[in-house]
Amino acid sequence: MVKTLGWLTAAALAAGLVMAFGVAPREVTQGNVQRIMYVHVPLILASYVAFVVLAVASLVYLVRRDLAADRVAHASGEVGVMFVGLGIATGSIWGKPTWGTWWTWDARLTSVAILFVMYLGYLLLRGTIDDPERAARYCAVLGIVAALDIPLVHFSVYWWRTLHQPPSLMKPGGFTGSSSILWPLLVNLLAFILLYVYFVARRARLLRAQAEAIA
Amino acid sequence: MSYARRALAVAWKDLAVERRSKETLNALVFFSLLLLFVFQFTLGGDRERLAAVLPGVLWLGFVLSALLALGRTFLVEREHDCWEGLLLAPGDKSAIYLGKLAGNLALMLVVEALVLGLFVVFFDIDLGRALPGLLVVVLLGTLGLAAVGTLFAAMTANVRARELLFPVLLLPVQIPVLLATVKATEALLLGEPLGAVGHWVKLLLAADVVYVVVSLLTFDVVLEA
Amino acid sequence: MSVEPVVRIIGVRKVFGLVAVLDSVSLDIRAGEAVALLGANGAGKTTLLKILATLLRPTRGAATIAGHDVARAPEAVRPLLGVVAHGAWVYDDLTARENLRFWATVGGLDAYADDLTVALAGVGLERVADARVRTFSAGMKRRLSLARVMLARPRVLLLDEPFAGLDQRARKWLEGRLEAMKAAGAALLMVTHSFGRELGIADRLAVLAGGRIALDTARGTLGPDDVQRLYAAHAEESA
Repeated sequence: MVKTLGWLTAAALAAGLVMAFGVAPREVTQGNVQRIMYVHVPLILASYVAFVVLAVASLVYLVRRDLAADRVAHASGEVGVMFVGLGIATGSIWGKPTWGTWWTWDARLTSVAILFVMYLGYLLLRGTIDDPERAARYCAVLGIVAALDIPLVHFSVYWWRTLHQPPSLMKPGGFTGSSSILWPLLVNLLAFILLYVYFVARRARLLRAQAEAIA
Repeated sequence: MSYARRALAVAWKDLAVERRSKETLNALVFFSLLLLFVFQFTLGGDRERLAAVLPGVLWLGFVLSALLALGRTFLVEREHDCWEGLLLAPGDKSAIYLGKLAGNLALMLVVEALVLGLFVVFFDIDLGRALPGLLVVVLLGTLGLAAVGTLFAAMTANVRARELLFPVLLLPVQIPVLLATVKATEALLLGEPLGAVGHWVKLLLAADVVYVVVSLLTFDVVLEA
Repeated sequence: MSVEPVVRIIGVRKVFGLVAVLDSVSLDIRAGEAVALLGANGAGKTTLLKILATLLRPTRGAATIAGHDVARAPEAVRPLLGVVAHGAWVYDDLTARENLRFWATVGGLDAYADDLTVALAGVGLERVADARVRTFSAGMKRRLSLARVMLARPRVLLLDEPFAGLDQRARKWLEGRLEAMKAAGAALLMVTHSFGRELGIADRLAVLAGGRIALDTARGTLGPDDVQRLYAAHAEESA
């Protein structure tokens, strides 16, 4: 089944690529570099999915102590961090020629950066604990604390940037409802979510094989 | 009630040990003085610039002290296998968390009072009317730091690279608290009333509730063998 | 008194990372019986002790104390245990009395002042009851540890090299105390490295080697040399 998923993902990514270059219009002021958005936005959104799954899987693990749930959380964390990292990188690549800067501390970027560091810490914690059962427990607790922190991060950063300060101009492309932009975006979003699921499935399987080899 | 007695026993023990050994307290006092010097040499000359960065610098001092204090909170248990003793304690382990939290909170507030006092004296700051509001913000912010800090300290107490992992885990999660406290302090020091920073105070309250509740619920899990 | 063993260890396996420290360990201990667990360094003696103490969970197999599974029902097991480990569970900056009171309270016991005084007297520490533990010798700390354990009246005593670092007099004293607890019905598991006199309190000897119990025999009248020979014969087996 994972193999079918793999093919499906590849197909979706290909479709997304075609649409990003073929169907989507060339942006008037930014030029072709704007097409990076079709990768950048899905990456970030898919990472949000990853972190939600991580939080849920962590909760499931704490309740049922099923290591399968922990493996899903672990894999989700890895893919999520990778996607956020790539998302930030693609955002910077888009930002430099478009707005003249690699980075800015506006609300959205700051929140995403904090997310990245938080979940990087999650992976670090995993890396330092040898006992798989203890790693599962501690990371589950951290995963839940991090997830509960996300709304707090969102509000605090948003208020920090918008109160007594004009809203940032660097929003990644306003969606004025043009379908020729929306469809490629949605297709790519689906493709990246499939990619996330595929990666997690493969990774979780690998983790299980590792665990079974030892026991 | 056994739960309350156990929590009190832990809090009392921590404070008694600290009062007699003064290890952490001495380190924190010395550290605060050091911070004072560093801030003076890097920022002190220009009064206006100092006033502008003061809230951030003050809370930086608080956070660094908190990292020191919280990072050490389970250190005393690591001698003589006392950690094992806590692990084997019967009943709800969250009582131990509450005791530790109370002890940490007391210690941190003492050090923060000292740092604030030093700042007022050496940087000639007039707290005046801002003081009550400031106390509220400091209390809520410190509780937020201590709540998650105590939980994470327990998690990292026995892992490799403990000293590095603890701040790495704690700081990103504490950014909302940091933002709220710095912004609120800034406004208060500029003479605004507490009501003007009501949203920050509410955020701190929400954060405190979330952190303490989650820690109480999950401390048992962390302290499992 | 029931014939059913208080401590039952059945096929316990413990894996750390990629290493199986315990392969398949089975051992029974009855009430009022003391078993000395011998083995080379790294054989897994302390690991086995920790599993019984509910500090570690076995990878496979099970251990029960008074019928309760240590992995599934640790909360039921803990009140029955007394643990004397390397560290004595003492806070250097508290007095002996304060230490005792702390552990009694945290352990859910009522720490009445009289009980504490009696316990401290029972281990010969009544004169230093209000001195800070920092000033105590290793033997005194061990005695305080035992006072802590005795207050709790455990059914199972887990001891990790309890005689280590004690002088002649302290050793003799500890032997007497442990015999008294055995007589009161406690089951003892003692991890030890030495073949000397302290084996005197052991009713049985078990040798842990290759992740298994390589030898489980009544001590009977075996002297230190006999024990040494037995140990040499079995302890160096590899998996």
